[in-house]
Formats: sequence, structure tokens, C-alpha cells
Amino acid sequence: MPRKLGIRDIQDIATGAAVLGTGGGGDPHIGMLMAIQAIEEYGPIELISPEELPDDALIVPSAMMGAPTVIVEKIPSGEESLVAFEALQSYLGREVYATIPIEAGGLNSMIPLALAARTGLPVVDADGMGRAFPELQMVTYHLGGLKATPMVLTDEKGNSLVLNTIDNFWTERLARSATVDMGGASLIAIYPMSGKECKEHGIAGIVTLAGQIGAAIREARGSHDSAIDRVLEITGGFRLFEGKIVDVSRRTEGGFARGEATLAGMGSDQGETLRISFQNENLVARTERGEVLACVPDLITVLDAETGKPVTTEALKYGYRVVVIGIPCSEKWRTPEGLEVVGPRYFGYDIDWVPVEELARDREGRSR
Amino acid sequence: MNYRLGIDVGGTNTDAVILDEGYNPLAKAKTPTTADVTEGISTVLSKVLSEGGVAPEEIKYAMLGTTHCTNAIVERKRLNRVGIIRLGRPATLAIKPMTGWPEDLKEAVGNCFWIVGGGHEFDGRRIAPLDEEGLRRALDEIKGRVDAVAICSVFSPVDSEHEQRAAEVVAEELGEDVPVSLSHEIGSIGLLERENATILNAAVVKVASATAAAFQAALRQHGISCKTYFAQNDGTLMSVDYAVRYPIFTVACGPTNSIRGAAFLSGLRDAVIVDVGGTTTDVGVLVNQFPRESSVAVEIGGVRTNFRMPDLVSIGLGGGSIVRQEPGPDGRVRLRVGPDSVGYQLTSRARVFGGDTLTATDIAVASGVAAIGERRLVQDLPDDLVHSAQEVIVHMVEEAIDRMKTSAKPLPVVLVGGGSILLPDDLRGASETIRPAHFEVANAIGAAIAQVSGQVERIYSLAEISREEALAEAKKMAVAEAVAAGADPATVEIVEVEDVPLAYLPGNATRIKVKAAGDLLT
Repeated sequence: MPRKLGIRDIQDIATGAAVLGTGGGGDPHIGMLMAIQAIEEYGPIELISPEELPDDALIVPSAMMGAPTVIVEKIPSGEESLVAFEALQSYLGREVYATIPIEAGGLNSMIPLALAARTGLPVVDADGMGRAFPELQMVTYHLGGLKATPMVLTDEKGNSLVLNTIDNFWTERLARSATVDMGGASLIAIYPMSGKECKEHGIAGIVTLAGQIGAAIREARGSHDSAIDRVLEITGGFRLFEGKIVDVSRRTEGGFARGEATLAGMGSDQGETLRISFQNENLVARTERGEVLACVPDLITVLDAETGKPVTTEALKYGYRVVVIGIPCSEKWRTPEGLEVVGPRYFGYDIDWVPVEELARDREGRSR
Repeated sequence: MNYRLGIDVGGTNTDAVILDEGYNPLAKAKTPTTADVTEGISTVLSKVLSEGGVAPEEIKYAMLGTTHCTNAIVERKRLNRVGIIRLGRPATLAIKPMTGWPEDLKEAVGNCFWIVGGGHEFDGRRIAPLDEEGLRRALDEIKGRVDAVAICSVFSPVDSEHEQRAAEVVAEELGEDVPVSLSHEIGSIGLLERENATILNAAVVKVASATAAAFQAALRQHGISCKTYFAQNDGTLMSVDYAVRYPIFTVACGPTNSIRGAAFLSGLRDAVIVDVGGTTTDVGVLVNQFPRESSVAVEIGGVRTNFRMPDLVSIGLGGGSIVRQEPGPDGRVRLRVGPDSVGYQLTSRARVFGGDTLTATDIAVASGVAAIGERRLVQDLPDDLVHSAQEVIVHMVEEAIDRMKTSAKPLPVVLVGGGSILLPDDLRGASETIRPAHFEVANAIGAAIAQVSGQVERIYSLAEISREEALAEAKKMAVAEAVAAGADPATVEIVEVEDVPLAYLPGNATRIKVKAAGDLLT
């Protein structure tokens, strides 16, 4: 059944998107304000599940590419995604049936919602990550063999650029440099796919999940235990560690913000130390003794111990009391092909991925 | 004689101090802050002059740290109607100015905005030429309907040419008398937050001029004719002319004055400062003699802004905090201290002063930590009550100290403010605790000794210019700004340098922020 998303839903989805953003993905705040303004002007958004899609329908993800620092200053005009979709339609000679988020975490969770409100296109309740990742090929559509191109990049001035590339790594490269010329950020229409492909390769129900997470945090305002417990219940996640941030180190490498946060345990974790390594997103959480509690592609999210609200890697600082949770990633990533694209080794960590639920069970067993 | 007068208006008390040329306090006074803030200023002025026996003509400088502008925003009173001009079209249309503002505040400033062609990219290219025609059309419509104008251009912290030119056009169309606030002079990267701060600035221009006039009138009334300054929230001063143009910088100057006063009185450059007032406690951090700035968006009156603010943790604990026993969620009786307070009525309502309200001060007296009022009036308090309440108070402060530190290493803690008598000498996380002389008027002293500063924040592409060259240029600009603001060039020093590489941007784009400060040119 299609359902309508109003302003409250958008606010909840934005909070949930920050949880699924695992510390990165760009602050959903700007995207949320864009979506809210679009709903105020054009009315609510229609959300449809992948099963409702005709097999031959054209589905196109919309997203922002580039530096979140640019978007917070040079806010989009709101027309960019429209121009991108029109250009892609005229290139393909077909009408787009619906749009879909490429990532459910961070700023990009909101871009398709703002577009949908303006155009009346429905939004598919699915995405290509089930979280947030830094690179264009880190999507389940890529795993499914779909091509990122033809893709369109646009800026606020009305420029649009259609890319056709030999593979998705070239897409990443060419799109990045065009984005820089467009002022450091662009809006894109990418990975055009059929309804059938969307059903096969998308991660279904993720928009609804983000909304449920956000609603749980909103409703539990003021009682943190229930907020975090509800989030774990909804996501099937695990409470990994409770502690206080005692150190954060950051450095920029290859355009990415890399770093480590060190937490001193509190409560039942008293006496233990946890290190979270991040590259835009949180990637590995391990104790000082070297015990891995969770690693990418499983989700590692830091929540404020008082409010249950997600804390981004940029906001991590000494003295913050937090609860670290781990959420199992989509099954689609849990294959040799998936782990090759987004596993710990791709990000430069010399560890093998073990499912977060297994790690949690082992730890539980040992503490008994 | 070349004396300085410092006045700080706090939530509970208005404090004043007179310093000699060597910055030694000659006189100090305290009086309750009044609903009409100016009245309290006049009262404290009379008190401090009569106490110190200082001849009014010996006072050559008067510094005021006040909450007038903050109060106007929070209470939505006496605000200007602001014409808001954003330069950035076609960019930025997806989010209108004042999105997310509380409705009453939006109404109070007139809810009147235009988005005109202009603005820059992160690397200094233009998004579009400045649309002067569009700008003139907008100004034609707002003529006579607004008291002030706020201008905010995309990436103006990188290039401010469009804001500068637009200001000239405003002067041509609306006349020189309409005050204009430019965003690049107020906030940093982050269009909406900077624009919000600029609008709020424009909204309180009238309040600031009225405050300045009233302060100068009060000084004249007491026979003082001298140079007057306002304290800013970064611990430095601005001339009255400057304050009337950038009044938003007075927001949160009180805690900053305390931190600077504590730095001066203790002689420390790096420390944690705990300022306990009548109702709240502010914990801040002194880094190289200045308060550490907050790195996240700060809300003022329900609006997100990003201009510099001191990084503070405020807790509802002060000398007048009311101590209560109440049933907890588990049914057991627990103690609560604050956040409500008897405020300036401490000396009539607290038990040690013969009143009937149990306050944090009574606990401190009963436990022997403080000695004011009459101890016999709290002798009947059960030991375990006194003990647990004292524990709650100390725990609240220790938690706040811990949240403000950037490392686990113990730091010196300086205790200031009238309410700091509540606290013992031994605090967790402190390498030592220091209670400087005149601690109860540290805020007024902070205002009196304040320096003058200049600050620059820009994005540099390190592909075109070396990091050293970029830093040198930014430093030169900051020094020039400090001198322009009235600093003695011989004393200006660079007090803060920060450079942050920006993710996902090419050419090693780096944001460089430099601040310079020096003594007032006398």
C-alpha cells in the first residue's frame, strides 16, 4: 500500500538516517529542511514498496555528490534534481516511474524526498546501501551488476552533464572532477534501473525503518534507556559498549576524514577501553585488548547516552557520554563479492569480517 | 589618574569594579539585576563610586558587559523590523531565510526577505554576477517598512565583494541612516546559521544604541566623562560605535568576562574556570588566556547560529539554589539541588540569613565549607542531609568540569563568582583549586581588563598558495582588524590559529582562522 509522508515523517526519517549514517554521510539537517520546504509548497510524498513496482518501470536514484561543507553554504536551488531527471528521461526516451534513495544514511536520505515532493514522483521504500558509504560503487546495485551510467550531474545554474562510462570506477572518477568544476557539490541521477532490478538488488523497507528509528527516539525523549532499547529492538542491533570519550584524533587522508575515538567504559563496561576507527563513517570498533566488537559493513553507531540521539564523527569530543550500538548490515553485503567492495580490508584494516551478532554472542558467552 | 570601571550585568546580580593603572581593584560593588537593566547599572555605579572614594574624573575608561541584547531576543521585545537580503540566486532557493525559526520571533522581525542573484563558490569564483537591478527592486519594496537590513551572500567568508557592494546600494536606496549588517563580519561557513546570526544582529541594533545612550547618560549623571566600551563574547572589547553595528557579539559576554577575569586574577593561561552565580554555574575553559570557542551550532532564542561563542556547560546550581527532598522513581527519598533559586533574595530567604528556604548556601555553611550568615540557624539540619546535599553539589560541578576537559589529565581549576563559596578545595579532575582575591567580582574585572581583537576566517586553496603564505596573510589581516578596532599595535599578539582541511574538496582546500588581540590604545 502506498502511504503519504508528511513533515513529521520527514523529521523522523532524518533522525533515523543519522543513525543509519553511522557517524558520516553528511548531516541530514539541510536535506531535511529542503524536503520540508518542498512538502510545504507541493504537498506530501508518496512512499511505495518495491513489490508495487511494475517490472519494466524506470526507477532512478537521486542523490547529492561532493562535499557536505559546500552544501551547507551553497544550498541547492531545488531545481537541480528536476533538471537531472529531465535530462535522463530525454536521453533514455522514457518516463521515470519513481525515485529512490541511493543511501538511507545521512544527507542523501533526504534528497529523493525533496525531489519527490516537487515532482509528485513516488519514492521507493528501499536503497542501495542500508546505511551510508563514501564511494559511488559501494552500492548493492553495483554488486548486482548494474551500471551507474547513464548518469546525469547538474548544478544550480542549470548545467547538466550526461556520463557514459566503461565501468563504475570510471564513473566515480569522472563524476568527481565534474563535481569540483560545479563548485564542489552536484546533484545526480544515477544507476537507472528497472522495477525488476530494483526488487532484486535494492534493500527493501529501509525508509520505513529509518522513520521507525526516528519516531522511537522522538517518543522516548528524556528517558534514554527506552530510546536506545527501542532502536535495538527495531534494528535487531546490539549494545556494544557504554562509555565516555577520552580521546579523539583526526587526520585527512585522500580527501577523507580519518581518525580514532577512544572510549573509557562505564557501567558494565567499567575498566575496559574501546577504540572506534572512522573514515567519514565508523568502520571498526575494538577493545584495547584487540577484541573486535563490530566492523564494516555492519553498522556502528554512537548514540548520546542521555538522549539516544546519534552523534556524528565530527561531533565526537572528549567528555561525551555515549552508547555504541552495532546493527547487522543487509545480507547483500554479507557475500564474498559484497565484502570485497565494502569489507574491512577494502578500507585498509587487516581483519576479517565476522557478523556483529556472532561477536556479540561470543562476548556474552565469555562474560558469563 | 587613569582608572578603569568595569560593569557586568548577570542574571542575578550586577557587579562593578574600579581598577587603578596597575589593574589593582580600588572598589567593588554588587546589586541585584533589575527588570529594567539600566536601573541596576545606575545603582551599582553609585555604590562603587561611594565605596572606593574615587573621584569620577579619575575614571578614563568604562567597560560594560550586558545582557540587554540577549534579553531582547529571548523576550522578543524592542526588536527592529529587518529587511533580509540573501545573495545567491539561483542557488539556495530550496531553503528560505528564517526556516525553522519560532513563529513569534519571525513575526517580531517582520518576516520580510528576498533572494537576489549573486554569491561565490568555495574557491572564489562567482556563482552569478550581483543582480543590482533585482536588489534595487527589493529595496524599493521594503523602503519605509524596515528599520535595518541584513545581507548574507553565499561563501562571503571566502569573498565578501557582493555583500560590500550590496551595502553601498542599500545606502543609495534607503539612505545612510538605515543600519546594515553584513554576514561575513558576523559568522563563518554555514549559510543558514550565519544568516540567522546576521538577522538577529540587525534586529538588536536599536536596543544596542539605546543601551549605549543610557550607559553614557548614567556615567555623565555620576560625573564621569570617559571613553566607553562594550564587552564581547570572545573576551575583548568593542567601541560603542562598533557595538552598535555588531551588537550580537555581546550575547554571552557575561561568562566570558568571568573566564577572562579569572585568568587575570589567577595569572594562569590554561585552566578550567568554574563561575558559580546566584542561580547557575558556568564551566568554561581557558586556552592561552582566552575562553575556548564552541565548535557546534549554538541556539539563541530558539534560532541556530554559528558565530563565535564561548564553549560552556551551564548547570542549574548557584548560591541561591533551592534544596529539596522528594520521592524518586524508586519511591526512596532523594535530594535535589536547583535548578530553581531564590536568586538575589538569598540574603532574606536563605536559612542562614533568617529566612525559611533551604538553599545550597545553607548546606555549605552547615557543612563548614562556607562561613557566611549565622551558622546556628542551620545547626538543626540532620548531618546525613547536609552530607548528601553537599555530595550532590560537588558531584554536579565535577561532572561539568569533566565534560569540558579535552583530556583526562587533571587541570588547575579556578573558582570564581559569589556562589563559589559552596565548593570545597578538593575537586575530582583538578590538579589544584584556586580561589583568587576578588573572586566574587571576577566578571566585572574581566570586563575592565579586556583587550581589543581582530579575527579572520577564510578558505584557502593550498594548491595555489603555500600553507605558510596563507597563514601569514591571515595573520596580517587579523592584526590589521585588531588595530582597526582600537588595539595598540605595539601590544597586538596572535592568540589563536586554527586550520582545518575540508573533506571531499580538491586543491587542499583549508579553512584558516586567526585571531589577534592587544591592549586598548590609551
